[in-house]
Amino acid sequence: MNQAATLAAPPSLHPALMTRRSLFSPQAWLGLLVAVAFLAVLPMANLVFAPDHPLHISSYAVALLGKFMCYALAALALDLVWGYAGILSLGHGLFFALGGYAHGMYLMRSIGRDGVYQSDLPDFMVFLNWKTYPWYWWGTEHFAYAWFLVLFVPGLLAFLFGYFAFRSRIKGVYFSIITQALTYAAMLLFFRNDTGFGGNNGFTDFKRILGFDITAASTRAGLYWITLAVLFGALILARVITQSKLGRVLTAVRDSESRLRFIGYDPLGFKLFVWTLSAVLCGIAGALYVPQVGIINPGEMSTENSIEMVIWVATGGRGTLIGPIIGAGAVNGLKTWFTSVLPEYWLYCLGLIFVLVTLFLPQGIVGLVRRIMRHREERRV
Amino acid sequence: MKRRLVLKQLTAASLLAMSGWMPQLMAAEDTIKVGILHSLSGTMAISETSLKDVALMTIDEINANGGVMGKKLEAVIVDPASNWPLFAEKARQLIAQDKVSVVFGCWTSVSRKSVLPVFKELNSLLFYPVQYEGEELEKNVFYTGAAPNQQAIPAVEYLMSEDGGGAKRFVLLGTDYVYPRTTNKILRAFLHSKGVKDSDIDEVYTPFGHADYQTIVANIKRFSTGGRTAVISTINGDSNVPFYKELGNAGLKATDVPVVAFSVGEEELRGVDTKPLVGHLAAWNYFQSINNPVNTAFIEKWKAYAKAKNLPNANTVVTNDPMEATYVGMHMWKQAVEKAKSTDVDKVIAAMGGQTFAAPDGFTIEMDKTNHHLHKPVFIGEINANGQFDVVWKSKGPIRAQPWSPYIAGNEGKQGL
Amino acid sequence: MHSAITRVWYRWLAIGLLAVFAHTAGAAAPGGVDAAMLAPLAASDTDAKLVAIAALGQLPDPAAARVLEALNTGALFATPAGRVLIGPGSAGGAARDPIDGSTLAMPADASAITINNRLRRAIAGALAASRLFADDVQVRLQAAQRLQSGSDVALLPTLDAAREKEQHPAVREALDIARANLALQSDDPARRRSAAELLGNTESAAFRPVLAALATPRADGSFAETDASVREAAVNALKQIDRHQALIEWTGNLFYGISLGSVLLLAAIGLAITFGLIGVINMAHGELLMIGAYTTYMTQTFFRQWLPAWIDWYVIAALPLAFAITALVGMALERTVIRWLYGRPLETLLATWGISLILMQAVRTLFGAQNVEVSNPSWMSGGVTVLGGLVLTYNRIAIIVFAALVVFLVWLLLNHTRLGLFVRAITQNRRMADCVGVPTGRIDMLAFGLGSGIAGLAGVALSQLSNVGPDLGRGYIVDSFMVVVLGGVGQLAGTVIAAMGLGTVNKFLEPYAGAVLAKIIILVLIVLIVQKRPQGLFAPRGRSVE
Repeated sequence: MNQAATLAAPPSLHPALMTRRSLFSPQAWLGLLVAVAFLAVLPMANLVFAPDHPLHISSYAVALLGKFMCYALAALALDLVWGYAGILSLGHGLFFALGGYAHGMYLMRSIGRDGVYQSDLPDFMVFLNWKTYPWYWWGTEHFAYAWFLVLFVPGLLAFLFGYFAFRSRIKGVYFSIITQALTYAAMLLFFRNDTGFGGNNGFTDFKRILGFDITAASTRAGLYWITLAVLFGALILARVITQSKLGRVLTAVRDSESRLRFIGYDPLGFKLFVWTLSAVLCGIAGALYVPQVGIINPGEMSTENSIEMVIWVATGGRGTLIGPIIGAGAVNGLKTWFTSVLPEYWLYCLGLIFVLVTLFLPQGIVGLVRRIMRHREERRV
Repeated sequence: MKRRLVLKQLTAASLLAMSGWMPQLMAAEDTIKVGILHSLSGTMAISETSLKDVALMTIDEINANGGVMGKKLEAVIVDPASNWPLFAEKARQLIAQDKVSVVFGCWTSVSRKSVLPVFKELNSLLFYPVQYEGEELEKNVFYTGAAPNQQAIPAVEYLMSEDGGGAKRFVLLGTDYVYPRTTNKILRAFLHSKGVKDSDIDEVYTPFGHADYQTIVANIKRFSTGGRTAVISTINGDSNVPFYKELGNAGLKATDVPVVAFSVGEEELRGVDTKPLVGHLAAWNYFQSINNPVNTAFIEKWKAYAKAKNLPNANTVVTNDPMEATYVGMHMWKQAVEKAKSTDVDKVIAAMGGQTFAAPDGFTIEMDKTNHHLHKPVFIGEINANGQFDVVWKSKGPIRAQPWSPYIAGNEGKQGL
Repeated sequence: MHSAITRVWYRWLAIGLLAVFAHTAGAAAPGGVDAAMLAPLAASDTDAKLVAIAALGQLPDPAAARVLEALNTGALFATPAGRVLIGPGSAGGAARDPIDGSTLAMPADASAITINNRLRRAIAGALAASRLFADDVQVRLQAAQRLQSGSDVALLPTLDAAREKEQHPAVREALDIARANLALQSDDPARRRSAAELLGNTESAAFRPVLAALATPRADGSFAETDASVREAAVNALKQIDRHQALIEWTGNLFYGISLGSVLLLAAIGLAITFGLIGVINMAHGELLMIGAYTTYMTQTFFRQWLPAWIDWYVIAALPLAFAITALVGMALERTVIRWLYGRPLETLLATWGISLILMQAVRTLFGAQNVEVSNPSWMSGGVTVLGGLVLTYNRIAIIVFAALVVFLVWLLLNHTRLGLFVRAITQNRRMADCVGVPTGRIDMLAFGLGSGIAGLAGVALSQLSNVGPDLGRGYIVDSFMVVVLGGVGQLAGTVIAAMGLGTVNKFLEPYAGAVLAKIIILVLIVLIVQKRPQGLFAPRGRSVE
């Protein structure tokens, strides 16, 4: 009996492994909610206060922030595949643009007869002498169907491409170059007026969405809040995935795919899942982007845009989920400011960001902040 | 420690938001702000950078003569970087943030179409200086460039005339976007009206930046064996260089198959050796080689400005049609503001109709009273070995624009706003 | 067929020829060039000018031909008083009076007489008449070839007379064809038939319309040509011509494909070397092409300024310069940026993209955003006509030859030099090469310099083909990647085959699908091929774990 009493208690496991991990630490939750609340209040300042009130925020700023949030969503999507699965895609702009075009088709339909030519067809079809909509425009006058396309088209394309690419085990730089080729080919295709998507003009001159006037401040605010909600939701979803077992497998893919294979996992399914999910999220981002910016054109599919997306993720900190959001905001904010103040030097700045971040800040802004804080903690100890 | 992180995030976010307030907090001088919306980087920088410089030169000139209503003009320059969505965003910034009274800008029809909703929504004013395809007439825009009946149609008429070569077959070669597509639609209808059959018209499109014209030039050669052929080129910007190089090297001379281009001016010829191109044509409302005192003064001013501001290649700067249109447009706007005694957009729009100005093209041209377009003279020029144009035909006087082309079905009812 | 303009054109020609005929028959010609004849040239009335040109064409006086030639090249000047002078082209230089041949200083108020295409054609016609009897064989040949199109039967006797006098076989053949063309209108069906056969034998598309007019029925089913044997000859002739045209088209596509392939090859070889060696895709590769092109521009400017007599050779001088400068830039890049990212290819990709943005903007700041003018030297302008209708342009031929030379030199370097040996060793197994004593760091730098230098050479070639501007590199970067990805980095042969293959397939697709679709199909094909062979056609051999 004594022996039983003197038996040491079984060694306890680290608390982190014992309890079911919650998504974010309480402090992180607090920070997130404060940020969301702050962002949500901004359009109120635009709607409630008159233009000369000192607290008024111009419609320009609201539209700008809405655009940044769409970019942030796209960056988040890219981080899922790059930061967590190690798949560098240089063609995510394609999914972004496809989602944008799908939603754009609905918006073009809603113009009705208010276009320049007062015809049932969009202006660009009139000057091409087309008499009816091509088959792939069928059904796009319905909002629900257009949104189905927003989810389905990027997803399907990603699924097919990913299936064949991952099955052939195309990796690393080759994969990145192939994604670049894909977006470049799509861009060439969409630049053709004959393809039926407005060619170089793209879709523009939108009038209304779901019956609301698209230029009204209230509609703009509404779109802003929806984007904010979707971004927040996507962040939660991404966090859930990366914290789960699936997330662990993904990081294993990133760190050493061959070893993972040797252990007995088939990475194909995991990679395909996260790749398709990322494409769908990117498509949603594009679809939310189009009504806020008022135009979509094949330039969104250019290789430069896709590579810029990568630098948002890298600047913010890949593999951290919150990093890409910050990175997208920071780089685009810098770009907006620079191109007004010193337009001739903006490209130098952007180029330097690319070089310096990859050389000196491989973990991005978030990584830098963490390093500083760890440094402080160590010094305290 | 985590609290500090939250504090940091809050600070960063509020700083970001404040950046939107900053310009308004800065003290406003007593100037009239003029927005300049031209690409200074990207594919269109080649054509648009000089427009920004001419606009600045004109602002300096107006300020030196006392400004507008006693106030100086202040230029607000932004760079939309040949990115169409960025054009819309920068336009909004200029109007809503910088509070400009007028914007001079845009080149491609895409950029104009993408900023149009912004100008309509915020009720501001845009002066658009480039030749375009028509089919548009907006209250908030004044078009100082040519509509198709002021450029394309006279050029084709010249090609069909004896002087121009008496062409019977036509190759419509263009870059794939709205301006060539619409212009070719109008031209095809025009050619039909002159009895030219579809089998004698060949319509070909290439993408922006296309550089390999071997096959196309070979096809033009083959097409021309069927009868006297002319090429109507709406190729945009820098694709013209490889096209002309291929033409020259393949030995297709202007006396065999003349090529008339609508997007090639003195600026675009700066990048080409023009000796093999002698005899090919362009149609504009202004050429640098036009000989009259106003033009001579204009060219002198521009060359002096380029040297003074150390613009790149200041020794070889040229003037061209869109530059002249910018210059004329700015002066007309100044006159309208002085007539309306205000920069309020609606008042200026009302005062613009009927404005006249002695332009470098040698005529006193007028802004039409109702259709927001200039009455412009038409000149057809042949390329000479020095990269300039020799005028071979000119209209008797300024021609009134028809923004709604009578050759497109459904335009019969439209003429005014 | 009988368009108004050809009738007008040939009216002048007929007048000219008759005048020459009169001259050769020994008839007394009217007097020489005088002021009254030249005066209309100084005026602005086009029709008067046409009459004056025709009149000058009738004169046997060689001064008249000189005036016409000066007018054609823009060397004829007129003073406001109406005096016409032949000038040297530059203001203030010596001028010649065409009437008496005296030289004098060019008056300051004289300006060049400008002409338009219509006048140019009239001048060509007026000159061609007398050129049939010129001393120079080439001039006679060109005049005879000019006369092969057209339908004025009045020319026939003149052509016969010229044929009688002619000794040179090529000119005789050209005159025969010209006569056959006109003989199609003869009354004798036998002559028409032999004319049709002769025209068919030329296999030239220029005669297609006139033969088709004989062979195709009118709307009501009847034929313009009544004799059936002539119709049959015309149909056979058409078949001959069409067959030949198909051959020309096919050969043309092959040439265009090879020329496109050679451009791709030049652009991609450097990339393949650096990718194979260091495993990094250099996104600044396009900008290295651009630097090479701008170096060519600077060389041209230098030659124009200081060595104008040697201007035709600036391209040759630009080659080593471009190689050196881009190699230095490449090596600097490798030392400062790429070396620190060893083993992280994706980061290198991003960093080099940033460098490319900086380089592009630097060029814009230094040279302006506009394109700069780089003209082909005279030995690279124009082309050679083969197969009677296909023009092979000299600049593209030169580039094909140049690409072959570069491939050969690179092969030589990789397989027969020490540097090449080390490069191959490091490509196969870097760790082992390190162990064995290969100075990997230095070889990396040198090989990167080599790859960049070749990109510079490619830039020189590109400057001869298309625009030189800050965006030059962007247009070729995706294509270079495709070549490297498709060809693999194991062997030089991979790059060559991939580049040539892509170029030829692209050009053969283009007539059917158009330029854009052809490119899209190629890209999709590459994506599919890479599925099958993920490391490219010629993958590096050896056991390397990804």
